[in-house]
Amino acid sequence: MIYYIAGGGLFLIGLYILLVNRNLIKMIIGLGFMETGVNIIIIAFGYVKGKTAPILSTKELINNRQVVDPLPQALVLTAIVIGVAVTALALSMVVSYYKKRGSLNLSKNKELKW
Amino acid sequence: MRHIFALIVVGTLGLGLFYTLSHIPFGKGLSEVSKYYVENAIDKNDPHAGATNIVTDIVVLYRGFDTLGEVTVLFLAATGLSVFFFGLKKKEYTCEPSLIVKRGTGIIFPFILLLGVYIFVHGHLTPGGGFPGGVIIATGVLLIYLCCRDYKAPHSLFKVIEGSMGTLFVIVGLIGLIVGGSFLFNFLGAGKTGELVSAGIIPILYIVIGLKVGAELSGLVKDTMEDV
Repeated sequence: MIYYIAGGGLFLIGLYILLVNRNLIKMIIGLGFMETGVNIIIIAFGYVKGKTAPILSTKELINNRQVVDPLPQALVLTAIVIGVAVTALALSMVVSYYKKRGSLNLSKNKELKW
Repeated sequence: MRHIFALIVVGTLGLGLFYTLSHIPFGKGLSEVSKYYVENAIDKNDPHAGATNIVTDIVVLYRGFDTLGEVTVLFLAATGLSVFFFGLKKKEYTCEPSLIVKRGTGIIFPFILLLGVYIFVHGHLTPGGGFPGGVIIATGVLLIYLCCRDYKAPHSLFKVIEGSMGTLFVIVGLIGLIVGGSFLFNFLGAGKTGELVSAGIIPILYIVIGLKVGAELSGLVKDTMEDV
């Protein structure tokens, strides 16, 4: 249960950062928080009390198969890689935005307002 | 005003999240599909199996097509980043790196490469696999950039490795399609569990993925550190 609370808390903190801040780097940090929170929640779905990692390395494990759920871990493996790609691309966009505007603050960009 | 609005949104979402998560059983047991994965992980009759590491088994064999898409997304991100960084002047460094960084890099760089290769070669036996192994190799390249300020990475080498490994992934999948009737079919069989050469096409695919991710992320590091 503590994992759900931690993951959900991280997600909500990230959302709050994203909504409140107007600095692009801080918004990307918020996105990273949300990503980590979601990953922790998904991993927590697969937790089974008293079982070990899904690596059948000993004879006893091969015979008994007392392991936690491997599927959420596989999904999170994908999600982490995609997260790295998204963060790298977003940061490169921020660099080129800064070169063009000279500021990271979105509130100073008049073209986004109507 | 903005803070109050944000707090309302976060609070509402938090309540919804809490309500949903409190209805999901925690730590009770495996889902039906995971039971299938765990039961069939090591079995001589099943062509999908043979890996000690069940997560690797799922990522490469059951969800191999998804992994191909994942590699493509990483490739797109690296390409997009190099587009944004094209023609951009990078920061000029004013001081030389210290002696410790220079000497230490020379000593530690081969071991970083070795660790990366070890991790993606043993992906089907131990925790790890192609993606972490590739990232570790890229870390070694980053270390070289930190110690030698005017280092120029072999750009064409990265591109050749990346392209040929991507092609090889698809070719392995297509061989499975011809031999077994489905894309990424495990045509090599399960092998003897726990040995380095086992689990069919998982080691091949993980070496391919590891080299591809390593080349890709090294190219990404190069784009951010060098003037293109």
